[in-house]
Amino acid sequence: METLVDVVLLSFLVVIAIAIVRTKDLLAVVMLTGIYGLLSASFFVVLDAVDVAFTEASVGAGISGLLMLAAISMTGRTESPKRHKPLLALFVVLITGGMLIYGTMDMPYFGSFDAPIHQHVAPRYINDSMQEVGVPNIVTSVLASYRAFDTLGEVAVIFTAGIGVLSLLALPQRRKSYRLDEPKKEQMYQQHIVLRVISKALIPFILLFALYVQFHGDFGPGGGFQAGVIFAAAIILYAMLFGLDNAKRVFSLSLFQLLAAIGLLLYASVGVVSLFNGGNFLDYNVLADDPIAGQHLGILLIELGVGCTVASVMIIIFFNFAGRREAQQHSTKQNCHELISPELNRNVLNSTELNSTELNSAELSITVLNNGEVK
Amino acid sequence: MILGLYNYWIVVLLMMIGFYIVIAHGNLIKKLVGLTIFQTSVFIFYISMGNVDSGSAPILAEGVSRYSNPLPHVLILTAIVVGIATTALGLALVVRIKESYGSIEEDEIQIQDQLTEDKT
Repeated sequence: METLVDVVLLSFLVVIAIAIVRTKDLLAVVMLTGIYGLLSASFFVVLDAVDVAFTEASVGAGISGLLMLAAISMTGRTESPKRHKPLLALFVVLITGGMLIYGTMDMPYFGSFDAPIHQHVAPRYINDSMQEVGVPNIVTSVLASYRAFDTLGEVAVIFTAGIGVLSLLALPQRRKSYRLDEPKKEQMYQQHIVLRVISKALIPFILLFALYVQFHGDFGPGGGFQAGVIFAAAIILYAMLFGLDNAKRVFSLSLFQLLAAIGLLLYASVGVVSLFNGGNFLDYNVLADDPIAGQHLGILLIELGVGCTVASVMIIIFFNFAGRREAQQHSTKQNCHELISPELNRNVLNSTELNSTELNSAELSITVLNNGEVK
Repeated sequence: MILGLYNYWIVVLLMMIGFYIVIAHGNLIKKLVGLTIFQTSVFIFYISMGNVDSGSAPILAEGVSRYSNPLPHVLILTAIVVGIATTALGLALVVRIKESYGSIEEDEIQIQDQLTEDKT
């Protein structure tokens, strides 16, 4: 039965991937990517990876689609029909795929118990983690204790990516004032009262669920990464329904920038404190008198740091995309191009020239028509 | 035999579909979607390797003796969040490219680059 579910889910994934290749409308592509994410999350549940499924469902089917939609609204939603040498690409892909399939021939069969991957560290994690770390969820104890240094590096990567988006998309502060004298435009959030009322009632529960996932991660699926994304999703929902300006008034962007840094620092400083207490970097045993209590304290603190950084970075990324988009719409409406670089001005000029030549040709054809009538 | 390696073959197929999108499509957003598909197929590969027949999710419980391998779960769980952060960085780059070139099609960008090179 499980095999049947496997096969069906994997076939769906292939069908959706092929549909993504063939679709030209990028909006549809993003929707298909969301379905793809949700399907792979269901597949992870079948394969017993509940923590991974949790993360993939909130990231692959949620945040990533949202960010892509925000990007598409700034870059246009149709792909140009021409392609680059599909035959050569197909050749390269077929050769690579063939070699990879050849490589799988001597792999251990799917689900086999004596595969090499299950022989080295996994038995130690499964048999001894309860005595050594005292947390029922083995994934959490590996993530936050055995491989904590690894996770620290990953949180640093997420933090750096947030900084990168900030430096690429952030707008100069002084431009904020332009909206004050502008009459409020009719946005989605000003029309749909049902959505606003319902979501206002739902957002506190989403935040509460995020906190549950954060602090229950030791005992069930969950942890800082998932909680951070869910927390960010609630605030992004607020920003979408009540407008970016209102959201920024409640959740200031600089506060989130501070929180992103604080999360990473909290994580690293737990390591430094354990150094000062005579242990190794990120060795939580020395944090309290009882090693197990020390482990619990360490895991709680670093998961909190992870949650802070992930939530703040996701919110920073979304706010910057949405802010950029509003500024672009504003500038095209006002016809003042001060926000956008001179190159775009040139393009706009080109397009107006194009319009005038089109007009000329139209006039020309009219005169030609008239002449014909005269004749 | 066929069912034993079926997962890996599908993973290779998905990976190649993503790879094809990356090299054969000119639209930068479509390329990022292709990368996402490639990435997800690697995730599926790792999780498939960690699976154990009639195993259980790696959360310790009474009366369960066989668990799936938790190590790939940990690696992929963090990789997913790192992946969305880097994808967001890529999308931000695409937005900036659109602002300065007025297009996100690879060939149009290349033509504009060559034009400016010829001028200088």
